[in-house]
Amino acid sequence: MDVVFLSRLQFAAATMFHFLFVPLTLGLSILVAYMETKYARTGDETYLSMTKFWGKLMLINFALGVVTGITLEFQFGTNWSRYSAYVGDIFGSILAIEATTSFFLESTLIGVWVFGWQKLSRKAHATVMWLVALAGNLSGLWILIANGWMQHPVGYVIKNGRAELDNFLAVVTNKFAILEFLHTISGAYVLSAFFVMGVSAYHLLKKNQIEFFTRSFRIALVFGLASSIFVAAIGDTHGVHVTQVQPAKLAAMESHWETSKGAPIHLFAIPDEKNERNLIEIGSIPYMLSFLGYHDINAEVKGLKDFPKDERPPVWPVFISFRGMVGLGVLFILLTVVGWFKRNRLLESPLYLKAMMFAIPLPYIAIEMGWIVAEVGRQPWIVYGVMRTSDAVSPISTPQVFASLIAFILVYGFLGAIGFYLIFKNAKKGPKLAH
Amino acid sequence: MVLETTVLQSIWFFLWGLLWAVFFITDGFDLGVGTLLPFLGKSETDRRLMINAIGPLWDGNEVWLITAGGVTFAAFPAVYAVMFSSLYTPLLFILFALIFRGVSFEFRGKIESAGWKKFWDTCIFIGSAAPAVLFGVAFANIFKGLPFDDTGYHGNLISLLNPYGILGGVLFTLLFLEHGALWLAARTVGQLQNRAASTAAKIWPVLLCVIVAFLVASWFSTHLYANYLKTPVLFIVLALAVVALIGVRVFISQKQYFKAWFASAATIISATFFCIIGLYPNLFPSSMAPGFSLTAYNSSSSQLTLTIMLVVVAIIIPMVIAYQVWAYYLFKDKLTPKDLAYEESY
Repeated sequence: MDVVFLSRLQFAAATMFHFLFVPLTLGLSILVAYMETKYARTGDETYLSMTKFWGKLMLINFALGVVTGITLEFQFGTNWSRYSAYVGDIFGSILAIEATTSFFLESTLIGVWVFGWQKLSRKAHATVMWLVALAGNLSGLWILIANGWMQHPVGYVIKNGRAELDNFLAVVTNKFAILEFLHTISGAYVLSAFFVMGVSAYHLLKKNQIEFFTRSFRIALVFGLASSIFVAAIGDTHGVHVTQVQPAKLAAMESHWETSKGAPIHLFAIPDEKNERNLIEIGSIPYMLSFLGYHDINAEVKGLKDFPKDERPPVWPVFISFRGMVGLGVLFILLTVVGWFKRNRLLESPLYLKAMMFAIPLPYIAIEMGWIVAEVGRQPWIVYGVMRTSDAVSPISTPQVFASLIAFILVYGFLGAIGFYLIFKNAKKGPKLAH
Repeated sequence: MVLETTVLQSIWFFLWGLLWAVFFITDGFDLGVGTLLPFLGKSETDRRLMINAIGPLWDGNEVWLITAGGVTFAAFPAVYAVMFSSLYTPLLFILFALIFRGVSFEFRGKIESAGWKKFWDTCIFIGSAAPAVLFGVAFANIFKGLPFDDTGYHGNLISLLNPYGILGGVLFTLLFLEHGALWLAARTVGQLQNRAASTAAKIWPVLLCVIVAFLVASWFSTHLYANYLKTPVLFIVLALAVVALIGVRVFISQKQYFKAWFASAATIISATFFCIIGLYPNLFPSSMAPGFSLTAYNSSSSQLTLTIMLVVVAIIIPMVIAYQVWAYYLFKDKLTPKDLAYEESY
């Protein structure tokens, strides 16, 4: 185990853990802002209780998202200092812009929202939550512009022994980043919608606060249905773009070894990386890969064998994660479409409610798998085609990173367990009704 | 607007210093309050009042740290790379401390159990005290210069804990404690206010002695005075710090705690700038050979990046300050036990 491997593990642990909390904040802040707006407009106390109940769950989640985000920015310096020095001119400035334009607004106003109930008018208070939601989503945009640049670097020149900014507009309008943002943000909305629907389903099954949870469920259902369809549609567009700019990632996503025209996809396969083939291929659909990658059934799709061995991503995790993500994405559309037809008789559909309750973790899995496809699929590059991950690491010692990795796992594991326990406990307890 | 690269580099050097100074005056008081928690929080009500006195603001304050870090990355990537990989262990200690502290505020009130609260109170104390000490140790070592050359960093956590580094840690902790005690005195009433005010009054002479000791030690351990000897008029910054520090004492005596807090903020800003001006143009000096030192001139981003970032900062930071001032203004009133009755309070 070397510094590169340990630092990668540490970054993976830190980001994946961070991303257990971020998506719920992104989507739930919008739903809470919507509920509070309804309250501000109508004065209906149920909407006030909804705002407070879902807001409380959002805040526990928010705290974990914020504190685990802080380490990420600093890890580029602590563990990836060669990367930081090489691309800081571009990557660093995007992170700094994120902090000044978005994170400040989000963090300042969340405090105002929590403590400002007596200080602000109803409308002003609801506006504050909209601004929190906007700032959080904007924050996501900047972070994905930064990640998008690592995936598909644009607007730079190599000068003075490093990558320097050449065209700022090209960096912020990077097609890869925009598609990645839209895909990630809509995935976050799906997750939030399923969270609200799942918790509501639990209470509806117990016939608890029926009016409250039916309303919550329906609001989340509309949000979830639209987002589930959008995330899949944008995922398709994103996939076509990946095919063009990261062909090795696409080949790994499909475990596609031989360059061929009219390439098939395999619903399932067992990749054999050593012998550069698949051991078994099940459910092959001819022409489908060419069609999905190029929207042309006869298009040629480059196989992994035509990439030098040291420029191929690990096939297994990318292939499996991609399948998991897509499969779950389809399931989310099905579940929300079914929900749409059952929306007026939720109480008479206990089986569906139960399914929705158990579906809460699924979008979490899907979104983490999506990140595995994006990040592991980019390997061996830290900046695609420009810098290798192995050249990016800090000149630090193995025991140092080993110790910090253990610390990360223990601390995050401990706090994460408590955080999820508190969310679970408060979700189960249900709302205090307004009087 | 096209500025010479060297001009941009100098502007960014002082903006970098300014961001750290603002971080110290904003997060400084909530770190101070957190450190005071076990000493001034005699009862559960007192402890809740203390936490709620910083409740709406600490999160926004901490973003100044993120921004200071982000700006180091954006404007001086080479400094960001060497500084954070060299100070790997202390930086991770700071981050873990801040993580525990941040979740403690949110978690402690969620379960009604004395043991549970006690645990998170301890986390708030350690999570506040450790960053205060470690920032002081880290910056003192930066002023002194760190042992690195082109082959990397040759120090470790123990080598940072040299006498000057420890003195820096003590200085920062006392500055934050004073700042936090004054914030509490300004925002509370009754017994808690009295305790906070008398704590501030007691810390003041100790702080004064440590500041003098730090100034003397800096003469022997650092090159901070070089710029001042070249341009003595700059000593006015130090004079400002002294005036502000005296102001703190005067306002404490007059029981004008908000004014004392502002004077304390002015002390921190001018003290930070005293050091930053002394450091200029070094950002991360090497104690092994001056040739390896990272300066505003040899470690900055490109002219284009510095220009774009300057435009962004010139537009956005005033807006940030405006809405943070609004948030502070919104929560300027004295906290009383009846404010704790609202379900959303910590």
